Order: sequence, then structure tokens, then C-alpha cells
Amino acid sequence: MATTHASASAEPTRRDFLFLATGAAGAVGLAATIWPFISQMAPDAATIAAGAPVDFDLAPVAEGQIVKLFWRGKLIFVRHRTAAEIKAAQETDVTSLRDPEADSARVKPGKDQWLVVYGNCTHLGCVPLGNEGAFHGWQCPCHGSVFDTSGRIRQGPAPINLPVPPYAFTSDKAIRIG
Amino acid sequence: MSGHSTYVPKSAVGKWFESRLPIMGLIHSSFVVFPNPRNLNYFWTFGGILAFMLVSQIVTGVVLAMHYTAHADMAFNSVELIMRDVNYGWMLRYLHANGASMFFIAVYVHIFRGLYYGSYKAPREVLWILGVIIFLLMMATAFMGYVLPWGQMSFWGATVITNLFSAIPGVGEVIVSYLWGGYSVSNPTLNRFFSLHYLLPFMIAGVVVLHIWALHVPGSNNPSGIEKKTDKDVLPFHPYFTVKDAFALSCFLMVYVWFAFYIPNFLGHADNYIEANPAVTPAHIVPEWYFLPFYAILRAIPDKLLGVLAMFGSIAIMVVVPWLDTSKVRSGNYRPVFQVFFWLFAINAVILGWLGSKPPEGMYVIASRICTVYYFAYYILVLPLLGLFETPKSLPASIADSVLGKGGSGSAMASGAAASPSTKG
Repeated sequence: MATTHASASAEPTRRDFLFLATGAAGAVGLAATIWPFISQMAPDAATIAAGAPVDFDLAPVAEGQIVKLFWRGKLIFVRHRTAAEIKAAQETDVTSLRDPEADSARVKPGKDQWLVVYGNCTHLGCVPLGNEGAFHGWQCPCHGSVFDTSGRIRQGPAPINLPVPPYAFTSDKAIRIG
Repeated sequence: MSGHSTYVPKSAVGKWFESRLPIMGLIHSSFVVFPNPRNLNYFWTFGGILAFMLVSQIVTGVVLAMHYTAHADMAFNSVELIMRDVNYGWMLRYLHANGASMFFIAVYVHIFRGLYYGSYKAPREVLWILGVIIFLLMMATAFMGYVLPWGQMSFWGATVITNLFSAIPGVGEVIVSYLWGGYSVSNPTLNRFFSLHYLLPFMIAGVVVLHIWALHVPGSNNPSGIEKKTDKDVLPFHPYFTVKDAFALSCFLMVYVWFAFYIPNFLGHADNYIEANPAVTPAHIVPEWYFLPFYAILRAIPDKLLGVLAMFGSIAIMVVVPWLDTSKVRSGNYRPVFQVFFWLFAINAVILGWLGSKPPEGMYVIASRICTVYYFAYYILVLPLLGLFETPKSLPASIADSVLGKGGSGSAMASGAAASPSTKG
């Protein structure tokens, strides 16, 4: 950069310093201004607070029944699986799956009859219909994804299995989600 | 917009004002004396129709917003109150809802007109790209407007479309939760969509100004695709094209209000009269008809990320059309082989729309894939290669020649001029 000093040295001048310092301060100021406008889009405090864990009583859920409930505004399926459904889920060759995951990794130990998964298709978020599709798990009415009785993706465009939300058994017949 | 104005105000007040803000001169040079090619056919009236539809949508929309409540618990009811309690609320809402469909009908005719007559070619590339931007803004506006009644189709349409962004590797889930303002489509989502639905039409209006500005630099393309050269090739905008545009608009409005008054729900879905329920997806969920071809492309591809990319790509590819088409000849009228591929493309787009309304299984998926391949092949293979291999017909020497029948394929102008004034007694 041209220098106005008589010394004509290659050293940066005060003007160079002011130019860079002003630019840097401007960039930081711009980022600090933009950030609140981005951040306000995120889930707000009330929405996050409403995400407290929910308790769910399993006792009324009959064998073969699928119950829907909400946690953090997201739909969750609780499925009381029949012996045949458990058997089908366990005997599936895991290596043949798109998103390989053993049935045992998707239920709590000793609680094979209880499957708890998010109820929105991992493709584009529709609610799959229970007991439908070639694997009698779920089938999505929107774009045709088929899930098995472990909630794993078997056919169609969904990329991954129905995720298992964080939950724990608080007693033999009750769970706490979250 | 078309160089120096020849406008001279008649009154002293007019002169005083014009010397301070020369807006009347701008209007005069842009919409009164502006020289248009004399051979413009009715496909060129859709620009004016679109301008009218934008104003119509803004006017009805602003009034509807005075009666609408953007809250997840109240939105559905407020729309029913508009339909039942507000004076003429039913009419305003049906005009607005059907107006969106009419807007898209007009814009599709407008786009296909541009594709057939090569209106995207130099020197109109920027004009064309501004048009693609308007089309994208229109799609965003229409999508968010459809969410506002908070019916089942609103809710699940919003869920499916926002989930498209979850296909982005790594940050997809975070982006989607930022779009929602929650962990699912919910009240914050409705609020921000209402805000943006109100904003975007004014952004469209801004880009429309640029679109018209860019149009008035070279002037309109025309059916012969050759540039205007002499005064014989042109006619002033007023009265020749104001009258033509007004007549076309009147015909278009008859169709529009016929829909709004007689079959107001024909283009909608009955499911949207059921209030949004996050626990149940309607058995047969489809977007509004104007999104169906793109929806079919999304569903044709069995991979989530690739499907989303193909869908956005099907619109984004229109940006580079001016550089994909290698033909020196602008108008499809003089390109016999192009015509075949063009009409196949148009039919293909309609079939894609029909496939988008069908369930995603069996034959429909296979057909969607074939149509998707042709959709992209038209842009990526046909347009570049045709320009190299096709022998176009000989072009007329001028626009006037094409109209007066000397060479080219234009029909004589006399047929219009000789029409009898009235057959009524």
C-alpha cells in the first residue's frame, strides 16, 4: 500500500492500521447485530420449558395397541407389541437394513413388548399409519415409507429408523419420557 | 425507462411538478408511447394479467389480515368467522384463495411463453433471472399463505415442506427447528409464516419493478424473435397494447371470478376444513395443484437428500437456461425440431403434475421417474444439442415483414383489421 511518509518503508502505516481496525470492528458489529435476528428463530424459553419430562402409564395399553402422546410438541408412539411382532422384529437380518439396528437396541432390556418411538416419519414428518405396510409396523401415507414392528425403515424414501426418544421405566408399568 | 422522455406537461402545475419529480414523464415513456413490436400475440398479455393479480392479491390479502388471527388456537376459527360473520368475508377469502391459483395459471403461461419464444436469450438474461426470482418468491408466499387457515392440509403441508430442509446433512435438524421456532410445526411457526406472508408480496412487487425495468431496456421479445429495427416494426403501447391487455385481462377475470363465485373450493382440499391435528396425517396429502410437478419430482427419487436436491434443482436450473440453449434463433416458430421437444416438455410437465396428485406407488413412481428424466434432459441435453444440430427455417427480414406475410410464417394483419364492428342489430 502506498505510504504518505517520506521514509517509504514497507512497514504498515497508521492509515493501514485504521483501515483494518475499522473493518474488523465493523465486521464484529455486523455479526453482533445479525445474531439476535437469527437467534430469535430458535425455540423460545416457554417452548423449551414445556419440554419437561412426561410420565405415561402403560397399564391401560392393551396388547397390539398403539398409543400416541406428545412430548415437546413431538408425537410419540407407544406400542404394546404382540409375541408375533416381537419375533418378526428380532428375527430380521440386521445387515440387510438401510439403518442397521438390532431390535434389542431399540427397547429396554426385558421389556421387549414395549416399543417407544417418535411418531413422525423420518422422511418429511408425516404420521405413519400403524399396522400397515408389508412389515405390519407402520406405513407413511405421504411418500410410502414402510417401517417394521421395531420402527425400522424397510422400504421407501425415509433415510433412518423412527428414533427412540430418551425414556426410562419408573415402575413395571410406567415410563417417563424426557 | 426507455431513454429521454418526450413528455411535455400541458398545465403550469404539471410543468412545475415535472421539473421537480419527472414521474409523469417516466409513466408516459414507459406505458404510453413505449414502442412495442406490432406482432405481439395474446401470450404477451399475461405480464399485465400478472401485474393485476399481484395487486388483487395484495388488496384482498391486506383486508383479510384485518380479520384474521395468527394464533394456533384461533386461526382456524377466525377463518370461519371471516366466512360467516364478516360482511363479504366469504367473497374476499374466495377471491384471495382462487386468486393464488389464477396467479399461478398466468405465471405458467408466461413462463412457457418465454421458453417457446426464446425470451430468455440475450439480451434478456437478467430479465429472465428476475422472473425466476419472482417465481420462487411466489411459491414461498403461496406456501405460507396456505398454512394460515391452520387446517389439516395447512399443518401437514407445512410439516412436509419445512422437513425438506432436514435433508441437509449435519445441520438439517437444527435449521428445521429454527424454522419452526419449536420442536414441531406449532404456534411460533404460524406467527412467523403470517409475518412473512404479508412481507413477501411487497418484495415481489419490488422485483417486478426491476423485471419491468429490465424489460424496457431491450423492449419486449415477439413471436418472430427478431429485434425491432425501424418504426414500421413497432406500435405505441397506448392505445394498441393497453386495449389488447385490457381485453385479455377481462377474459381472464371472467374465468377467475367464475371459479371464485361458482366453484370456490374446486382447487382446494376438503381436508383443510378440518382443524390442524398434529397426531393424524390426512390419508391422502398433496400440495396445491401448482406445486404438483415439483412434488412429483421430489417423490420420484427414492433418496431423501437427492429427492430434495432434484426438486429445488428443477427450479434452479431455469436460471441457467439462457446459457444452456445454444441456438442462435430465438423463436420456436422457426425451429421445427425444437417445437417437438418443447411440446413434449409442456405435456411432460402436465403429466408430472398429474403424477404428483397420485399415491407414490407402483406405476406412478415409475412414470414419475421417466418424466423427471425428461424434465432435466430437456434443459441439460436437448437445449444445448439442438442448437448445434438443428437447421432452423429462414427468418423474415423484419418484424413488419413477418406480419405482412413477406417470408416467415406470420399471418397477415388484415384479418384483424377487417373484423366487422358489430353483428348485433
